[in-house]
Amino acid sequence: MNRLLVPVHANDHIQGGADAEWTLVEYGDYQCPVCGQAYPILKQLQEHLRHRLRFVFRNFPLRQIHRMAEFAAETAEFASAHGRFWQMHDLLFENQEDLESELLFRLTTKIGLSADELQQSLVSEIYRDRIDLDFRGGIRSGVNGTPTFFINGVRHDGSFDFDTLLRSIAEAD
Amino acid sequence: MFMSSFAQSLIPLTGPGSGVKRNKILPVGSVAPQFTLFVTPNQTLSLRELLGRPVILAFYPADWSPICGDQMALYNEVLPEFASYRAALVGISVDSVWCHAAFAAARNLHFPLASDFEPKGQIARLYRAYRDADGTSERALFVIDRNGIIAWSYLSPVAVNPGADGILEALDKLTGKTMG
Repeated sequence: MNRLLVPVHANDHIQGGADAEWTLVEYGDYQCPVCGQAYPILKQLQEHLRHRLRFVFRNFPLRQIHRMAEFAAETAEFASAHGRFWQMHDLLFENQEDLESELLFRLTTKIGLSADELQQSLVSEIYRDRIDLDFRGGIRSGVNGTPTFFINGVRHDGSFDFDTLLRSIAEAD
Repeated sequence: MFMSSFAQSLIPLTGPGSGVKRNKILPVGSVAPQFTLFVTPNQTLSLRELLGRPVILAFYPADWSPICGDQMALYNEVLPEFASYRAALVGISVDSVWCHAAFAAARNLHFPLASDFEPKGQIARLYRAYRDADGTSERALFVIDRNGIIAWSYLSPVAVNPGADGILEALDKLTGKTMG
């Protein structure tokens, strides 16, 4: 049984309170089509469980097979630096099929941030270390592909359809 | 789990989660069998060329199958981490060099894939990681120390991607490095 070795921390991207009964951590890649399929299911789960579920997203870009994964992750981190992480996170998954540089700049402008500033941060790779930290922690916890989920710190190895995830959550300690 | 209750009744278990399958592959402390295999149509790789630093051998059933793809794609991403231990990674399956070449190109892999093709599965058999019924190798991992002794090994269920955490823990122990 694989366990999450990096507990939820202050620098994580978190939706929901620390007093929630369950914490679902996703290691994901914005260019991974399977993560794209999981996205609406996670939204459904959040709606269904509301304050009883805390959701955490961590970066796990497969850079060698997904050319845009790192840029997308850095764009979301850029948005995060301006307090708009979840807006960008959602937009990236909702527009996954158009994931190209042009989209990153368009979405940045759309949420009221500066495309020039994004450009500078991508060139200087200032968010890369933060993404690496997520990635390396994930590897150590046994993340073996994307998406990988941890429910209350234990890796969820089953499928991720709504019913299966809900059942695993309900059964988690 | 994967064994019938009949088989379980015949084979004593040696610990939690262990069973005949887990004990099958060449164990820790064994001398790693030497090999020389083609890694490209005209280039071979020998284990002895790599010794002097840790070697990770990743046997996997087949190029192209979805799980193997994920596993090799994952190791490809973890290469910088493996490199920080000066460890060399070699993937091994019974696929031909041409198949490996196409697979490596499609997945953008940056480590060698050795072809255990003729005689088929010979090296997998030496590591006791061959599946006679399927004609492929197991999904089995070995970490070999700088002197050529198996320091860690793991037999994964064929359908499960074992990830890289076990390999990194084994490298930690070998090199005295702590998780960073």
